[in-house]
Amino acid sequence: MTQNNGSFTQRNILYDFILNAGESWMHDVLAGQILRIVDQDGNQSADTLIYNSNDPSDRYSATDTITAQRNIYLTTGSRLLSNEGNLLMTIVEDTCGRHDTIGGACSAESNTVRYSLDKKYMHSCRDSFLLAAINCNCHLGKRDITSNINFFMNVPVCENGTLNFADGVSGPGKYVDLMAEMDVKVLISNCPQLNNPCNAYNPTPLQLMIW
Amino acid sequence: MSGEIIWDDLIVSGSHSSFVMKRNTALRITDLDGDGNLVTLFYNNDNRLERYNMADTLKAQHTVFLSKGNVCYSDMGRIICSIVDSSCGWHDTISGMSNAKTVGSKYGILNYQEARNDMHHNAHDGALIELSKWGLGKQDLLANVNFFSKVTADDFGNLSFVSGNSQPGDFVDLRFEMNTLVVVVSSQHVLDPSSPYLPKPFALSARNISTAGPYDFCRKSCPENERGFYNTELIFR
Repeated sequence: MTQNNGSFTQRNILYDFILNAGESWMHDVLAGQILRIVDQDGNQSADTLIYNSNDPSDRYSATDTITAQRNIYLTTGSRLLSNEGNLLMTIVEDTCGRHDTIGGACSAESNTVRYSLDKKYMHSCRDSFLLAAINCNCHLGKRDITSNINFFMNVPVCENGTLNFADGVSGPGKYVDLMAEMDVKVLISNCPQLNNPCNAYNPTPLQLMIW
Repeated sequence: MSGEIIWDDLIVSGSHSSFVMKRNTALRITDLDGDGNLVTLFYNNDNRLERYNMADTLKAQHTVFLSKGNVCYSDMGRIICSIVDSSCGWHDTISGMSNAKTVGSKYGILNYQEARNDMHHNAHDGALIELSKWGLGKQDLLANVNFFSKVTADDFGNLSFVSGNSQPGDFVDLRFEMNTLVVVVSSQHVLDPSSPYLPKPFALSARNISTAGPYDFCRKSCPENERGFYNTELIFR
């Protein structure tokens, strides 16, 4: 697939959608198709899970992925592996440069631990994931909500083992292209987190395209 | 750790086991030969949909590894167990576990017909066998703790396995804050560069232990953990 500096005149765009913050999205991406996720306004987190369409218990595994590539960050060339060691998708283009896969998704319960007990009512990625899983009619539930990718999030790990939530390395219009290596279902929560300075306390929309 | 031993057990090299630890009991895991790696998973035994969560554990404590003073969080904002003591300074959380492919490509395939119980095991299959004994399965296999292993990341995110992290006799003491299903597999770390297939044996011993007090070291190690203990204690009121 030739890249044309973002021009889509050569491509047959099958799907184009704006996913607002706080919303979830689940969609099939067939083998050979490319999913583009665009960080429209910058420093938004696209919390993402991937399932083998034919067997959803074969799903994205953060630990298998980072151990196989011996690197904790995801970028162009990263092969996104399942818990069974199968190749689900490959990152074929990335204008951001670094994506997190150990920071996980926010939840009502983890918000009480991380920020304060009175944050429990706030909307969260795992609420979005759970609702999308229940409504997908594909037999997904809480057991299927595992360690996800946070596209456009910067979670640097220091050599001494400390973990930081740093200002984003993303910016308006930056994108990542994922090529499906098998038929997959992609589940995205556009993160509604309001307690973390990484998105300037202002969650913004994502654009999702498939070709 | 003091107090009478309730039970003890040996995890033979390459083998797997699962058992329930009740709230207010503690488990000592001893790396008998050193340089061991014990793949470990935790589930709330009163509601097994609640389980150890790598990301929540790391985010709450701003760390990618575990040692004395750290706790293991569930995905429900509660603390499964606390590391009340550890003679080993680093337990890995981010590297997952071996599977048939990684063991086969690194050490070769050695099956039961050829080698009897010296066959080459892998952690993925061992964990699935244990999970299935409790009605759990593939969907319940998640990011695990690798007790006694150390993996660091450089400025570019490149991972390095640090050899010699655990000496013979090194131990970790886990105090259970909820009734917990524990799954353990003795399996070499996926990033361990040493070439022979040589998983290590571990001694397990369980004791009674008192509930975490108001000034408990793990509770006080960060404000997040104070809130995690509060959330946990709510379900035992």
